[in-house]
Amino acid sequence: MSSRDIILKSIKDYAPSKSSELPNINISHASYENINEKFSTSLSSVGGIAVFMENIEEIKEYIAEHYADSKVIVSNCENLLPIVTKDANATKDPHALHDVDLAIIEGEFGVAENGAVWIMEPKNRHRALYFIAQKLIIIIPKNEIVPTMHEAYEKLSFGTQNFGLFISGPSKTADIEQSLIIGAHGAIETCVIFI
Amino acid sequence: MSHSTGHSELAEKFANNVERMNWHDKALWFVRLKRDNQAKSLDEWEELRSTADKIKKHTLENLANYLEEFEKNALSRGIKVHWAKDAKEHNKIVLDILNSKNVKMVVKSKSMLTEECHLNPFLEKHGIEVVDTDLGERIVQLRNEPPSHIVLPAIHLKKEDVGTTFEKFLNTQKGNSDPTYLTRAARAHLRKKFLGADASMTGVNFAIAETGGIVVCTNEGNADLGSSLPKLHIACMGVEKIIPRLKDLSIFIRLLARSATGQPVTSYTSHYHGPVEDGEMHIIIVDNGRSNILSTDKYKKSLQCIRCGACLNTCPVYRRSGGHSYGYTIPGPIGSTLAPSRDLKKYSTLPFACSLCASCSNVCPVQVDLHQQLYLRRQDVVDAGYLSPAKYRVLKMATWLMSHPRIMDFAGLLARKIVPLLPRSIIYSKINIWGKSRELPKFPKNSFKELYKAKKGSK
Ligand code: SF4
Repeated sequence: MSSRDIILKSIKDYAPSKSSELPNINISHASYENINEKFSTSLSSVGGIAVFMENIEEIKEYIAEHYADSKVIVSNCENLLPIVTKDANATKDPHALHDVDLAIIEGEFGVAENGAVWIMEPKNRHRALYFIAQKLIIIIPKNEIVPTMHEAYEKLSFGTQNFGLFISGPSKTADIEQSLIIGAHGAIETCVIFI
Repeated sequence: MSHSTGHSELAEKFANNVERMNWHDKALWFVRLKRDNQAKSLDEWEELRSTADKIKKHTLENLANYLEEFEKNALSRGIKVHWAKDAKEHNKIVLDILNSKNVKMVVKSKSMLTEECHLNPFLEKHGIEVVDTDLGERIVQLRNEPPSHIVLPAIHLKKEDVGTTFEKFLNTQKGNSDPTYLTRAARAHLRKKFLGADASMTGVNFAIAETGGIVVCTNEGNADLGSSLPKLHIACMGVEKIIPRLKDLSIFIRLLARSATGQPVTSYTSHYHGPVEDGEMHIIIVDNGRSNILSTDKYKKSLQCIRCGACLNTCPVYRRSGGHSYGYTIPGPIGSTLAPSRDLKKYSTLPFACSLCASCSNVCPVQVDLHQQLYLRRQDVVDAGYLSPAKYRVLKMATWLMSHPRIMDFAGLLARKIVPLLPRSIIYSKINIWGKSRELPKFPKNSFKELYKAKKGSK
């Protein structure tokens, strides 16, 4: 017998004759009066910032002002091509992204309770981009905020896409004496822009 | 582990440094308070816990079906699935995959399972460099120590310890133990490793039967960066990591980080459903004693654990004795019930490293009946004859005394009259292990029985 069959058999041997039900997930929770505000506070409590803007020009200005020291900028947003300095999808090898200072990516929606953003970009070739960039800007369509993870997972499915993730703020660690340090291995700064 | 190096002896070593013990105690209590704040901020907290319990219970009852469903869906996504009966087989599978790709260096993110299988020394013996990439894990790896906590691997160390370690291995400035400085140094050091690795290994927080994918949660982004650069990603999971549906994650993700570190969610919650471009993704499903636990009605609930560490942070014994005093990969209440499943004799002292305060069971996000299990484990230890001789004698005496009420009354009277007259050197002599760091309370004049009678009579 293969290990697979041995393991499955011994698990089956101990299975009870009658099993309990798989519960429905129907958790009632508080609703947020101002969901944008809740998202912003959640995100800032984990070290990120949320900004709300009207148009792409505003975003460009914001980037010019706040990310002046970012030399290598990548993005798959067509509207931002003028400020992009490197094509992240050009090469087959994700190691080529090692010098990215700022990645501007597109998220699908935000989650108010924890400041997380769901990202599953068919346009992005390398998932490494989300983690290797020194700084991250995530752009989300306005009004795309759900209250909790329950509504978030209701929206998700995995078809042909083979990677998706929630990002909540910058990377961080508290492994040295429990002092919180922003910027472990992933982005040192994370900004979420709603437009 | 023989009786002479049981939990209490190792704990004593840790507790000898009173200042450090107090620091450790406070640091973990602080994490516990952060967890409380998160729990209190959600009215539905208890409902989340009981739903998590129900999902896990149902899953374990139907585990074989869900594993098969997971395998089928993972395979159809082009993920390669392997099965390992035990640690040895797990390690061999890993080595074979790495060798087939000629891997020289692998970056690994925290996985208690690979610790449990002692994978690192095994791979190193075969000439493969393994780099742990979680900051805490890297610190203890450089120091050649095991992690002392399942979520906070270096919680037993002070920043000065980390400073000297980095000075030696990462060439940081002498005497600089500023956490930001040290974290930046580690970031630079590990970036090189991430970029130079030929393969990555990660653990698994949840494996979704419905979609055939896995989820890994990190704050640092180490598993995420590590697994997205090289072409080869190997993920290792115990059979119990399965959950039935994608939407079940909403329950577990809401509970996990809040329980672990008091954050609403981890920075990254990555859902892997296939390899990177032109890459390979392998998942190794490991039993290593888990199906045995499933066979025991009393203990099978321990397989519901999602390794959040909350029971460690709240445990008064863990906080004051440190993770290394348990002598097992997983310390704290959950370790104290898992370890005896593996080897009751070797880990016979662990179920006693517990005050039965039940705080662990109360904070556990999946409602593992931890204190109940530890209470039952103690009986197993006694029944198997593994109790330490000193404890055994005391218990024997107490049993005899309690089953002879008259003698018990007399002994009580004697104690009340005589003990207060004795000099300290006799009361706190070597035989009184209980009194080593405790004071006897003041002895009352009358026994409870006498007080009770007097009270009743006066009515
Ligand atoms: S037993 Fe419960 S509290 Fe302890 S680590 Fe596991 S899930 Fe967390």
